[in-house]
Amino acid sequence: MSGKLERGLNTLKAQIDAPMAAFFSSCVHCGVCAHACLFYTETGDPKYTPIYKLEPMRRVWQQEYSFWGKLARALGLSKPVTDQELADWEELVYDSCTLCGRCSLVCPVGNDITYMIRRMREGMVAAGHAPKGLKQVTVRTVEIGSPMGITPETLRKQAAHAEQDAGLPVPLDVAGADYLLLLSANETMVFTDTLPALTRIFHQAGVSWTLSSEAYEATNAGIQIGSSDIAAELVQRIVSAAEKLKVKYVISPECGHAYTALRWEGPNLIGRPYPFEVIHVAELLDQLRAEGRLKLDSRETGRLSFHDPCQMVRRGGVIEQPRRLLDQVAEDFVEMPDAGIHNWCCGGGGGVSANERAVPLRRRAFHRKKEQLDGLQLTTLVTSCANCRDMLEDGLEYYDMDIEVKGLADLLAEHLAESEPGAQGGEQS
Amino acid sequence: MSGIELLNWARGPGLQIAGAVFVIGVIVRLAAILLLGRKTDLSRPREGAMWPGLRTVLTRSIPDAGTFRRSPLVFIAGYVFHLGFLLTLLFYAPHILLLKSVTGLEWPGLPVSLIDVLAVLSITALVALFINRLIDPVRRHLSRCGDWLALLVTVLPLVTGYLALNRMLLPYTDMLAWHILSVELLLVVFPFSKLMHTFSFVLARWYNGAIAGRKGVQV
Ligand code: SF4
Ligand code: SF4
Repeated sequence: MSGKLERGLNTLKAQIDAPMAAFFSSCVHCGVCAHACLFYTETGDPKYTPIYKLEPMRRVWQQEYSFWGKLARALGLSKPVTDQELADWEELVYDSCTLCGRCSLVCPVGNDITYMIRRMREGMVAAGHAPKGLKQVTVRTVEIGSPMGITPETLRKQAAHAEQDAGLPVPLDVAGADYLLLLSANETMVFTDTLPALTRIFHQAGVSWTLSSEAYEATNAGIQIGSSDIAAELVQRIVSAAEKLKVKYVISPECGHAYTALRWEGPNLIGRPYPFEVIHVAELLDQLRAEGRLKLDSRETGRLSFHDPCQMVRRGGVIEQPRRLLDQVAEDFVEMPDAGIHNWCCGGGGGVSANERAVPLRRRAFHRKKEQLDGLQLTTLVTSCANCRDMLEDGLEYYDMDIEVKGLADLLAEHLAESEPGAQGGEQS
Repeated sequence: MSGIELLNWARGPGLQIAGAVFVIGVIVRLAAILLLGRKTDLSRPREGAMWPGLRTVLTRSIPDAGTFRRSPLVFIAGYVFHLGFLLTLLFYAPHILLLKSVTGLEWPGLPVSLIDVLAVLSITALVALFINRLIDPVRRHLSRCGDWLALLVTVLPLVTGYLALNRMLLPYTDMLAWHILSVELLLVVFPFSKLMHTFSFVLARWYNGAIAGRKGVQV
C-alpha cells in the first residue's frame, strides 16, 4: 500500500465519528436522496446518488467498525479500499457534489449526507485524489493569500478604486474599528461594485469598519478541497488580523462557503472560540435596516427573485434577512418554487466552480435552476454570494436566458438615499 | 423432529437465544456508535441543539411535498409496510400475551380480521418495494446482499404468520413453529444488518437536526 493511500484510509477512518456511524448504520438504500441532488435529477445517472458518493468510505466504516467487517479482517478476508477506487470516486466526491446540503433535508432516516461528503473529502485529499483545478486554487490561496492570487498590493489598488467610485474613504488597517470587512476574491477582482456599495452603505449608517491588508480574503479553499489543516491556516490568518485590529465583529461577505468556513467551522478548525463575532453581511445590513440606519429612497421596478446561496441559507441559517432587505427595494418580488432552505444549488458551490473538468456537468446541472426560473419572467435575479452570482451568470448565458444577476449589497446601494451619515455611531475611521 | 417438538424448541430455547442475540446485539451496536463520540462544537450557536434535534426525529417521518412527489412509491409502500408490521406485531392478541410475559405490560388488541388485512397490506408493500428495488435504476444501483436479505427476513414472519392465522399450507402447529423460527431469524439477523435503522434512525435524525438547529435551520 502506498504511503498516500495509507494516509488517505487512515484519515477516512479518523473522520468517522458518532454521527457518521449513525448515518452509515441507518441508510436503508431507499434512493430518496438521489432525487434531491441536482446532479442526479438533471442526468438521471444513478452513480450521482448522494449516498453512493460515499461508497469507499462506507467500506472503510464497515471494515473498521462493523462486526462482520472486523471478523473478515481478522480472518484476512476483507478487501481494503484501493487507490484506484478512490481515484474513480474523485469525480463523484468533487465534480458532482457542491456540498449544497439538499440531500440532507430529505433522507427519511435523517442522514446528513453533506456532512459525510465533507468528511470524505478529508480522506480524498490525504490520498492525493482531489481535482487539479481545486488543488491549484488551494496552493495559490496558501502561498499568495487568495485563490485569484490577489496580493496586499492588489487589494490596496482595488480599495483606491473603490474610494474613487464611492467618493468616500475606504478604511484600511484601522485598529479599534468595530467591524473587519472581508471580501471574496470574486468581489475584489470581478464584482468590483460591491466594495464601493458597502463603503457607501456603511458611511450612511455610521458603521465603524475597516479592511485589513493582512486578512482580506474570505474564501477558504481548504474547506472546499476538504483539508482541515489548510482550512485552519486560512481561518487563523483572519483571526490573527482581527485580534490585532481588536475588532468586535468580522463581516463574512457575500460568499457562501466563506460563511461556513468562518462562522461554523472556523472555531473548530483553530480549536478555540473567537474573541469576536462573525456576522454575515446580509445579517448586518438587516440589522441596520431594523435600526433605521439603512435609508433607501427608491425602488426596483422590474420583477425580482432571490437565489438562496446554499451555505448562507440552508447550511448557514441566514434565511429571512435577504428577504426583508429586498422587501425594502423591490416593487415586484416573487419567490421561485422551492425557495428558502429547499432551494436548488447554482451548481458551482463546494469547489465545483474552481474545477474546470466539471464545467460540462455543472452546466447540465444548472438546468435545474433554469426550470426553477422558467415562467417567472424575471428582470433581475438577486443573490448574496459572489460565487453563485458568477455561476448564475454563466448558466443563464449558457441557456440563453435574459435575466440580469445582481448582488444584494450592490442592489441596496443603488437605492441608497443620499443623506448625511447616520446619527448613531458616526464615522470613526 | 415432530411439529410439536419443533414448536416447543422454537418457543423455548430458540426464542431465548434469538432474543438474547437481538437485545445484546442492538445495545452493543448503539453503544459502539455513541462511544465514537464527536468533538464539542466551538462555534457560537444561534440556537440550542437538543430541541431541533428532537423535532427532526419526529418531523422527518413526513416528507416535504416535493420529495414525496419524486419517490411516491417508496414513501407509500414504506408507510404501509412499517405501519402494518408494527400494528400486527403489537396488536395481535397472542403477540400481546407473549409481550406481556416479557414486559408485564398489557394493552387491548385489534380484531383478527383487521390483523389479517394489515398482514396482507404489509406483505404487498414489501413485494412492491422488492420489485421496485429490482427495476428502479437508483435503488438497483444501491442494492447489495444485505438489502435482499433484510427484505427476506422481514417478509418471512409476515407470510408465515398469515399462513398460520389462516390455517393454510401446513398444519397449524407446524406453521406456527415456522412462524416463530422466522421471527428468530429476524431477531438474530437484526443487529448485524441494516435493520438496525429501526433504532439508529433516532440518532441519525437527531444529529442532523441538532447540527442544523444550532445554526438556526430547522431541517
Ligand atoms: S435517502 Fe438516506 S436512507 Fe435513503 S439511500 Fe439516501 S442516505 Fe440512504
Ligand atoms: S450536497 Fe448537494 S450536490 Fe452534494 S450530494 Fe447532496 S444534494 Fe448532491
